[in-house]
Amino acid sequence: MNASALDKNEYFYGHKACAGCGGSLAVRAALKVLGERAVAVLPAGCMSAVGFNFPQLCFGNNAIISMFAGTASMLTGVEAGLRRYARRKGYKDFHAVGFAGDGGTADIGIQALSGAIDRGDDILYICYDNEAYMNTGIQKSGLTPYGARTTTTPAGANIHGNIRPKKNMFEIVAAHDIPYAATATVGYINDFINKVEKASKIRGTKYIHVIAPCPTGWGIPVSDTVEVAREIADCGLWYLAEYENGEYRLTRDPKEFTSAEAYLRRQGRFKHLTDEDIATIIDSRDRKWERIRKEWK
Amino acid sequence: MKPYIREKSTFTFDEIPEDTCFEAGYLVTVNAGWRSVTPYVDTEKCIGCSQCYLYCPDGVISMEGKTPVLDYDFCKGCGICSKICPRHAIEMR
Repeated sequence: MNASALDKNEYFYGHKACAGCGGSLAVRAALKVLGERAVAVLPAGCMSAVGFNFPQLCFGNNAIISMFAGTASMLTGVEAGLRRYARRKGYKDFHAVGFAGDGGTADIGIQALSGAIDRGDDILYICYDNEAYMNTGIQKSGLTPYGARTTTTPAGANIHGNIRPKKNMFEIVAAHDIPYAATATVGYINDFINKVEKASKIRGTKYIHVIAPCPTGWGIPVSDTVEVAREIADCGLWYLAEYENGEYRLTRDPKEFTSAEAYLRRQGRFKHLTDEDIATIIDSRDRKWERIRKEWK
Repeated sequence: MKPYIREKSTFTFDEIPEDTCFEAGYLVTVNAGWRSVTPYVDTEKCIGCSQCYLYCPDGVISMEGKTPVLDYDFCKGCGICSKICPRHAIEMR
């Protein structure tokens, strides 16, 4: 799907997200693919905080705020209602889509998501991953990478930021034997758009994990969001893959990684890292890719 | 079609809907005041590749044929369009 085939309408407009917000770019792009008959469910998080400031309501389609833990459960209900409504009205192109942050997916909402996948509900769950609880002021989440400085994992003389690696959410979801799961980044928006489009045509639960840099929390200039989102995939600290019919597949397999050190050094949240810390990160990246390339083909 | 500015922008307490439902796409304020630099498109250099339109987080760029048109009411001046442009046709000033 290219730019001219996209819906010209805007469904997420006039919102109060910070300038250069990666999450709002992901929401906007996904809704342009899904169209006006998509009902968006947003748990507590940046996108609900910036989209619904009564009377400033920035969604052009139907959208609702759910409980923090209940994005996937509310999607189940929305989809059941939509299915009945659409049958009565005689149309089929409806979507129940959820936009949860990394905390709302990997920490707080994981059991509801797991339940929805288990029930096989026909929903699309999009996790926009900005790697911390950015809305409340940058606290560590389960998807914060190793070494990142947040307000709950400060960088000091002894402990250099977060000591735990990023939770492997994509493979956790895929392990449910989900019909379709994918990873993406807002830096390669065409790839993300294609994955959303592909997911919208599949029946059953779909999950897309999209990296969405946060200039405020990552300590990068607001104009660098897209550049950094590209770099994370280019330097191998993120991978673009799909899981479908029980098989993993890399959608982008870089022949040669760009410098992970350059990617880390340009961000304020990794500024404190020593050369050994960076060597640890690069080492774990290489081990991960070795496994990915061997097992996923 | 996109969410647009409405005339009625203030609500008294009694007018606030009780059932927490309200019209979608109801805007009352603009974001223009957030901006410290403003993007300007050089139409001579522009090749109409739509990259700025695709990557704008606020969706303020729309393509009219091959020309990007900016809605300065909602542009926050982040400068992503300027960085992404392959011909450097968008200048921030």
